[in-house]
Amino acid sequence: MNYQTKFKKIGDKVKIGLTGTAVLLILAILAIILLAVIAGGYKSLSWEFLSQPPRDGMTKGGIFPAIFGMVFSLILMLIAVVPVGVATAVYLHEYARPDFILTRLIRGAVNNLAGVPSIVFGLFGLGFFIQFIGNGIDRSLGQSGLFGQPCILWASLTLALMNLPMIIVATEEALRAIPQAERAGALALGATKWQTIRHVVLPQAIPGILTGVVLVVSRGAGEVAPIMFTGAAYYLPYLPKLPTDQFMTLGYHIFVMTTQSPDIDATVPIAMGATLVLLALTFSLNIIAIIIRSRTRSQLRKGR
Amino acid sequence: MSLQKKRFRYLGESLIEGNIKITAILAIIAVFLIFLFIMRESLPIFFSQEVMQEITFGKLFHGIEWQPVSDNPRFSMWPIILGSLKVTMIALVFAVPAAIGAALYSSEFAGPRLKEFIKPVVELLAGIPSVVLGFFALIIMASFLKSIFGWTYRLNAVNAGIALGFAVIPAIYSLAEDAINAVPRSFREAALGLGATPWQTATKVVLPAALPGVSAAVLFGMGRAVGETMVVLMAAGNAPLFSFNPLESTRTMTATIAAELGEVVFGGGHYHALFFIGLALFLVTFVINTVSWVLFDGLMNRLYGAKK
Repeated sequence: MNYQTKFKKIGDKVKIGLTGTAVLLILAILAIILLAVIAGGYKSLSWEFLSQPPRDGMTKGGIFPAIFGMVFSLILMLIAVVPVGVATAVYLHEYARPDFILTRLIRGAVNNLAGVPSIVFGLFGLGFFIQFIGNGIDRSLGQSGLFGQPCILWASLTLALMNLPMIIVATEEALRAIPQAERAGALALGATKWQTIRHVVLPQAIPGILTGVVLVVSRGAGEVAPIMFTGAAYYLPYLPKLPTDQFMTLGYHIFVMTTQSPDIDATVPIAMGATLVLLALTFSLNIIAIIIRSRTRSQLRKGR
Repeated sequence: MSLQKKRFRYLGESLIEGNIKITAILAIIAVFLIFLFIMRESLPIFFSQEVMQEITFGKLFHGIEWQPVSDNPRFSMWPIILGSLKVTMIALVFAVPAAIGAALYSSEFAGPRLKEFIKPVVELLAGIPSVVLGFFALIIMASFLKSIFGWTYRLNAVNAGIALGFAVIPAIYSLAEDAINAVPRSFREAALGLGATPWQTATKVVLPAALPGVSAAVLFGMGRAVGETMVVLMAAGNAPLFSFNPLESTRTMTATIAAELGEVVFGGGHYHALFFIGLALFLVTFVINTVSWVLFDGLMNRLYGAKK
């Protein structure tokens, strides 16, 4: 081997190493964010922090109302987004002809929905849900300020709309992984199309749908821009009881405590703690999703 | 089975299919409604006499000042358009090499075990809420970078751009990796067989073959960066200055909506101006995403077509 090829080999290794550095960089970003938030936030954590409302003009106390409001809104969001998302995926994968114009339109719409900026969803929630639908309901009921104002219901629906593509993509991926022979078998035994989907296809797609649900919960928990003007409140002295109440939520609470507070020194430790709680939540949800996915993948491989 | 029963069953089936179909069409209706209602709230700028005394389409592009709350309100979008461009470019300068380098490494050079590890790491980064990234950039990273580089302003376009890069890397990575993986193995085998080194194969054969997909990934990341709100709202300093200096505080289009919509007089000129910014954002990201999707889809069809 002459010098030239040797040089080339070393040069190659250096260049490949450089792309490897990009991987290390991503790993480092993840690690630094995690460590910084853990280091800054663990001191604030305590049972009181999680179970008490804010006190003394939000400079002391806990974040319980924010956690409560977040869970409330996420439940409503799931009720709206899961059936619609799963049905859309079932239509796209089981019923629709792939080259059909309607199918392509739906796919295009889902893709574009995924790309709409989150703040535009917030504007839409305000313009459509609150002004148009909410005020419309109020007018027909002869009321005012019941539905035509920011509240959990509208915030959850806005979040649901925003997360719709994620459920659709996850469900479709699950449907795609089910062998065609399973459907053919069911149909050959005399099952109708819907019976096949209901009893053969969907049960096998559950892990995939679950992955989507977990990811959507994680994303919904952290989104702030779409709910800022559709339901989230700076501070509420009571817990929300009805979907028409406003709510506090963790992500917005972090934003408020770091940027809107008159006494930053007192509120930043609370925001640190809240950030740690939110990050721990989304992180574990994402890990759960990754585990479910890798399990179903290895099962699939065994099956074949 | 009796004929009647059969007919009944058929009816049930088509009812179910119809329902599912209608539900699926909701996605189209949703996109249409978003456009319609953002449009509806920005139209008064063009048509309403009352609103046009305060703000017109011309005023949105006249001058270089965004000062909606003052005795003489000025609504020039230039500073915030520039802000969006500045922050997006900084994010991409940082995120594109990192994401594409990592995608190339994981699909061309990493062993199967390492590969299984890289993907979840990127997914975890993607899973960090943008408000957490914003918080990190605002409270932790900004002070750190300021102390190292001696910046005058703690919060500026570079600080926000880097944090925005964190949010964009996973998006670019996942599309780029899909595109690179879609390049048939025969391409690689042919190049290696002709005596090319692995690096030459990766950069001179695989990457060019995947180029439309990689460009789609960059565009996709760009759409994300333009539309991202919380990171820039928290980390960029929020001053709508018309300045090309990346080390000065800046304000993007998204952050302007987020910062001002809460305090706006409902139905006034300022309110409609903010919806107009939303409309502009919607259209810009719509175009970027559509181009990205067409590029990506075209590549996938071509490559998978070539395989068969």
